[in-house]
Amino acid sequence: MSAKRRFRLNLRAREAVSGYLFTLPFTLGFLVMFLRPFIQSIVFSLSKLELSSIGYSLTYVGLDNYYNALFVNAEYPRLLLETAGAMFYSVPLILVFSFFAAILLNQDFKGRTAARVIFFLPVILGADIIGRMESADYVTLFLEEGILDVDEMTFVGREQLLSLIMYLKFPEELLTYIVMGSLRIAEIIRSSGVQILIFLAGLQAIPPSYYEVAKIEGATGWESFWKVTFPLLSPLIVTNIVYSIIDFFTSPRNELVEFIRSSMFGSAGYGVSMAMSWIYFGVVAVFLLLTAGLISRKVVYMDE
Amino acid sequence: MSDVIARRQVAKARQRRLTGVLVSVIRGLVVVSICFIILRPVLVKLVSSFMLERDLYDQTVKWIPRTFTLENYRNMFIHMRYAEAFPRTVCFTVGIAFLQLASCTLVGYGFARFRFPGSNILFALVIFTLIVPPQIIVLPLYLNFRFFRLFGLIPEPGIDLLGGYWPFVLMAISGTGFNNGLFIFIMRQFFKGMPRALEEAAYIDGATPLQTFLKVMLPGARPALVVVFLFATVWIYNDYFFTLMFMRSGSLLAHYLDVAAHNYAHSIGAFFTGQYISLLNNTGMILFILPLLVLYIVMQRYFIESVERTGLIG
Repeated sequence: MSAKRRFRLNLRAREAVSGYLFTLPFTLGFLVMFLRPFIQSIVFSLSKLELSSIGYSLTYVGLDNYYNALFVNAEYPRLLLETAGAMFYSVPLILVFSFFAAILLNQDFKGRTAARVIFFLPVILGADIIGRMESADYVTLFLEEGILDVDEMTFVGREQLLSLIMYLKFPEELLTYIVMGSLRIAEIIRSSGVQILIFLAGLQAIPPSYYEVAKIEGATGWESFWKVTFPLLSPLIVTNIVYSIIDFFTSPRNELVEFIRSSMFGSAGYGVSMAMSWIYFGVVAVFLLLTAGLISRKVVYMDE
Repeated sequence: MSDVIARRQVAKARQRRLTGVLVSVIRGLVVVSICFIILRPVLVKLVSSFMLERDLYDQTVKWIPRTFTLENYRNMFIHMRYAEAFPRTVCFTVGIAFLQLASCTLVGYGFARFRFPGSNILFALVIFTLIVPPQIIVLPLYLNFRFFRLFGLIPEPGIDLLGGYWPFVLMAISGTGFNNGLFIFIMRQFFKGMPRALEEAAYIDGATPLQTFLKVMLPGARPALVVVFLFATVWIYNDYFFTLMFMRSGSLLAHYLDVAAHNYAHSIGAFFTGQYISLLNNTGMILFILPLLVLYIVMQRYFIESVERTGLIG
C-alpha cells in the first residue's frame, strides 16, 4: 500500500528515483573505489607510511615528502622537467595530426575502410604491456631506427628536407619545434588513434545541409572549411587536448610514471612516491586548466 | 564565339580533372606512408619472429630472414604457457569486460534519460575519475583491498582481497575500472541520441524503467555496446599495471609474456644475449597481440560503422 502510494506520488519523483537507481553502481563505486583512495593518497603524501601484516600506520610529516621529492631526490626534478617539456610539444602536434588525419579519412577514396582500420590500430596495439616492452626492446630500436632509415621512405631525404626548412628562414623556435616533431613523427602518429576517432565522429555529425548552404552562398571549399568545419569541430579540440594530456600521463612509455612506480617499492618509500605523483598531477592539472580555459573562450558551440 | 567558350570549358574541365587526379595521388601517398609508419612495428616484429639470432647481425638481412624458422614461436609458446594462460586470460578479460559493459551501460542510461537533483554534479565526478590518473590512487586502493573493511562494516583487520579477481570484479561492477568514465560517457552520449518515442511507447504499455531499458533501449544500442566492449577488452587484455599489483603473482598472459624469454634462458641454464631475448620477446608479442588483431578485424565493421552512424559525440 505504502509502496504503491510512493510510486504514485508524482512523475518527477519517480523519474528521480529511477535516475538514482540506474546510477547507483557508480555512486557507490565512486565513494568506495575512488573518493576514499583519492583522499587517502593526499594524506599518504603528507605522511610516513609503514606497512605491517595487520595494517599500516601513518605518521604526519607535513611537507617533508614534497621537499624530498623536489630537492633531495636526484632524478625526479630532471625527469619532471623533461616529461612536462615532452608533453608541451607533443600535445599540439598530436592535435594537428589527428585533425588532419580525420579530415583525410572523412573524404571518399578507394580503400578508405582499410585506411581507417589501420589508423585506429595503435589504440589496440599501443596499450600497456606492449608499449612497456617495446620501449626497451633491441629489435624495435635497432631494426626500426637503424636498418630501415627514414630516408628510404621519404622521397626527399631527411638531410635535404632539413636544409630546405633551414633555407626558409623560419623563426628559430618554430624551426626547432618542426625538426623535433619530424624526428618523433612515428610516435605522434601512433598516439593519435582515439583523437582521430573523436574528430572523425565530430565531422560525421556536421549536417550536410550546412555545406549546401555555404556552397549556395558561394563559399569555396577552403572557405567552407574555415567557416563551417573548423568552428563546429572546435569543442572537440578541447576534448582532445584533455584526452591527449591524460593519455600522455598514463602512457606506459612515460618515464616519469615508471620512475614513480619503481620508487614506491624502492628506497624512496610510499610517502615520497605519492608526493611525486601529486606534484606531477599538479603540473598537469595547471596545464589542463590553462589550455582548456584559454581555448574554450574561442570555442563555438552548436545551438541545440 | 560559342566555339571559343566551348573550348575554354573543355580546357577548364580537363584542368579540373587533372587537379582531381593529382589530389588523389598525393592523398594516396600520404595515406599509404602513414599506414606504413603505423604498421612498421608490427611488420618488424613479424619479420624478426622468423629469424635466427645470426640474421640480426647479418648486414645483408633487412626484411627477409636468411633461414626461415618457427623455432622462436615454438619456444615462446611453451614458455609463455600459452596453452594454459591464454584460456584463463580470455575468461578473465571477457568476464571483466562484460561486467564493465553492464555497469557502464546502466549508469550511462541513467545519466542520459532521467533528471534528478545532483545528476550534473555526479556526471562531473565521472569525468573527474577520468582525469585523475590511476597512479595517484593505486597505492591507497591496494591497501584498501589488502585490508578490505568497506567503511568499517567488516571487522578488523578486514578481508584480504588481493591475489584473486575480486578487486577487478568490484571495480568493474561499480564503473570505476580503468577508463570506465569514458565508457559511461560514450553510453550516455549514445542513449541521448536515441529517440524518446520508443521509451514513451513502452511506458504507455506499462513497462517499468528497467524493462524499458532492457527490452527496448539495449537492442538499439548495439553499435555503442560493441565499441565499449572492444575498448574494455583491449585495455583489460593488455593491462599489466593493475593486474600485477592486485594479483600478487601474475598468472595472465601479459605477465608470462614479460618474463618468458628470461624463464626460457633460466630453464635451460644458458646465457642469452640481449639480442636473442629481444627476438624471443618480439615473437611473444606477436603471439600476444594476434587474438586482439583477429577480434579487431572481426569487429571493425561495427566499430567504424558506429563512429559513422552514431557519433561518439552528441
